[in-house]
Amino acid sequence: MTAYLLRRTAFLVVSLLLAAAVLFLLLRLLPGDPANSLLSVGATPDQIEAARHQIGTDRPLPEQFVSWLGQLATFDLGESFVSTLPVGPEIAARLVVTVPLTLLSFVLAVVVAVPVGFVAAHKANTWYGSILSGVSQLGIAVPVFWVGMLLITVFSLSLRVLPAGGFPQDDWADPVKALTSLTLPVVTVALVMSASLIRYVRSATLDVLGSDYLRTSRALGSSFARAMWRHGLRNAVVPVISILGIELASTFLGAVVVESVFALPGLGGMLVKGLAQHDYPVIQGILFVSTLVVLVIGFVADLVQRLIDPRLRHSLARNAR
Amino acid sequence: MNRKTTSLIGAAAALALALTACGGTGSTSSSSGGATAGAYDKDATIQVGSLYEPQNLDNTEGGGQGVTEAFNGNVYEGLFRLTDDGKVDNLLAQDYKVGSDGLTYTFTLRDGVKFHSGKALTSADVKYSIEKVIAPDSQSARKSSFAGIKKIETPDDHTVTVTLASKSISFVYNLSYVWIINDQAKSLTTSEDGTGPYKLGTWKRGSTLSLDRFAGYWGTAPANKQVVFHYFTDATALNNALLTDAVDVVTSEQSPDALAQFSGNQNYKVNNGHSTTKLLLAFNDRKAPFDKPLVRKAITSAIDNKKLLDSIWGEYGTLIGSMVPPTDPWYEDLTKVNPYDLTLAKKELTDAGYPNGFEFTLDTPNYDPHPTAATFIKSELAKVGITVKINIITADQWYTKVYKNRDFAATMQEHVNDRDVVWYGDPDFYWGYDNPQVTDWVKQAEESDTADQQTALLKKVNEQIAADAASDWLYLYPQIVVASSSLSGYPLNGLNSQFYAYGIKKSA
Repeated sequence: MTAYLLRRTAFLVVSLLLAAAVLFLLLRLLPGDPANSLLSVGATPDQIEAARHQIGTDRPLPEQFVSWLGQLATFDLGESFVSTLPVGPEIAARLVVTVPLTLLSFVLAVVVAVPVGFVAAHKANTWYGSILSGVSQLGIAVPVFWVGMLLITVFSLSLRVLPAGGFPQDDWADPVKALTSLTLPVVTVALVMSASLIRYVRSATLDVLGSDYLRTSRALGSSFARAMWRHGLRNAVVPVISILGIELASTFLGAVVVESVFALPGLGGMLVKGLAQHDYPVIQGILFVSTLVVLVIGFVADLVQRLIDPRLRHSLARNAR
Repeated sequence: MNRKTTSLIGAAAALALALTACGGTGSTSSSSGGATAGAYDKDATIQVGSLYEPQNLDNTEGGGQGVTEAFNGNVYEGLFRLTDDGKVDNLLAQDYKVGSDGLTYTFTLRDGVKFHSGKALTSADVKYSIEKVIAPDSQSARKSSFAGIKKIETPDDHTVTVTLASKSISFVYNLSYVWIINDQAKSLTTSEDGTGPYKLGTWKRGSTLSLDRFAGYWGTAPANKQVVFHYFTDATALNNALLTDAVDVVTSEQSPDALAQFSGNQNYKVNNGHSTTKLLLAFNDRKAPFDKPLVRKAITSAIDNKKLLDSIWGEYGTLIGSMVPPTDPWYEDLTKVNPYDLTLAKKELTDAGYPNGFEFTLDTPNYDPHPTAATFIKSELAKVGITVKINIITADQWYTKVYKNRDFAATMQEHVNDRDVVWYGDPDFYWGYDNPQVTDWVKQAEESDTADQQTALLKKVNEQIAADAASDWLYLYPQIVVASSSLSGYPLNGLNSQFYAYGIKKSA
């Protein structure tokens, strides 16, 4: 296990470095000059040159890349071209919204999807099993912003029970207020996310229900519940966990859209603005942090899978020898 | 429906509203919106919704339109103030004198003015503030208008003397854009030290910026206690916020389609003010075929601007026929100079040597309303045999391709500032309009002794560029402030994106 951990960590670091290089290059391939976002009509040629010099886009590319890597090594994400403010603290401030939004949506989605997916599989031949399955299929096809707008129309504009958007100015000082503003966004993400989760839970459960070991366990006298608990759950949960890892990562990134619909001051809004303004340090910073988060989630999901499934541990031990 | 009738109906509606709302009499003035409320809450918090978040808090470091909106007149004050109806009033300058040569300006500062940090205003702060705008690394949009400053002196704490290299009648007007900042202030991109009626509360980036009433203000205290700007990137989210009372007023409504849900609702008031933002079809006047005024005139006459404006803004917005909006002192209605007339357009094309038309590429910024307008222009010009190739570019590409490299045939752009007709006097400007007579008039106008003289000369400029169809001024944007009916005293025109908040009253 230690050898595996070491190898897996090395893999994580190399991926991160590769991602940094790709990120840096791709951004530079975009046409345009970030200095332009500092200008307005009427700017003199001198002002244009001064802007380029101020943000350093007049330096050679390799030099810019090395200086960025140097900053990263010291956990410094640099300063925004446009606002001239450090990017790191700004990302941290935005995570105060994005992280709770992601985690709450994730938990809600799992809480909804697991029982529903199980019932959809267990009762696959009944009318409500089919309905559950059909609804989840529909849910996958629905774009997240549309769900958001629908919920706003119903709960904010018509019923007026929840805010249509925004986040308290003092963040979590008043947790109730903060949670109230996150309710609709969380439900939006969770609904869309649980739709695909239900599909996975359902098919994993179906596999288990049709398995030999479950039949054998039942033949040996276990009740259905006991057989499911002892053997079924463990087997069903393995594929679901790897999916959960991917889903959690995509929820984090999908927050971009939801945050814009609900005017939430999270990472998404910051990224969209950064892209519009070619604010390289901001885009690089956010994407680097997101990459890190996604890689770490994948790392943790892998570990958890190995803890649950002894087969993975053993095949690994054999490989290591 | 023309603008006059619209505003008449608007005024009538406001009157009716005031009568029903507070049972008293109401009136609307030209410079502030909403019914005059009988009783108002002196300690109200005004929630303002806006699409323009500051990039940072320093307008000489690229703070952008957002910081102008939030801070001009609210947090920072100039020596002079440009009022919402376009007049220039004394503000931190108590008085000023111009020397007989017209080159020396002596400003006497107002007594008892304090910065938010507590320091008293002195002439050194004024000198520092002007120098900040003209500094080599300044990103101020106004930098070039102060190129003529020769020296700034401070004979005593209350007096500032500025000597110019050449006469400049706009000097005082231009000073209304110079924030007077404490010369000791630090980190101005995230904090402030101004003299205005509000001081900065907190700025939560990506979300809100609050302004708190400044107890030590030298002038009349604001009619409210706090102003919170809520920033949105999505116009629908902004409108939802207004519909759910999360904001009380929207500084500038940019989605014409959304207006219907407010105009038919007595809880809201839709105010139709004058903006200074002009939508231009700008030709590259240096290059054939647009070096010929006849070709430009033909194109101007071939496009039905009224139909375009109606299709985008419905009943809102104004046709101007030139670069000058009604709030500029040298405004004239020039919509008749190049009337919409296909026969005329065809004749002009033939006279210019293009009886069968020609083809050109239109560089079109990728955000609304440019792509819509470009499609319209394409179909209009097809009727006179001109083929338009629409090339969609980003705002950023526009600066590099069009503004910097002048690598274009024709482009579209919104020009937001007031009094910017003077750009036609600069042959080096991106559109390359070069008429020595106009350049001379603009120069003479700047060196005028009186405002009347200046106005007369700039009217001539205006008439000449219209006669030459230097560009096609498609229309003047409306400036639409939508507010809850419980508000009054908000600015209607918002010249150059300013939004004076100190007069806003919220009924109790």
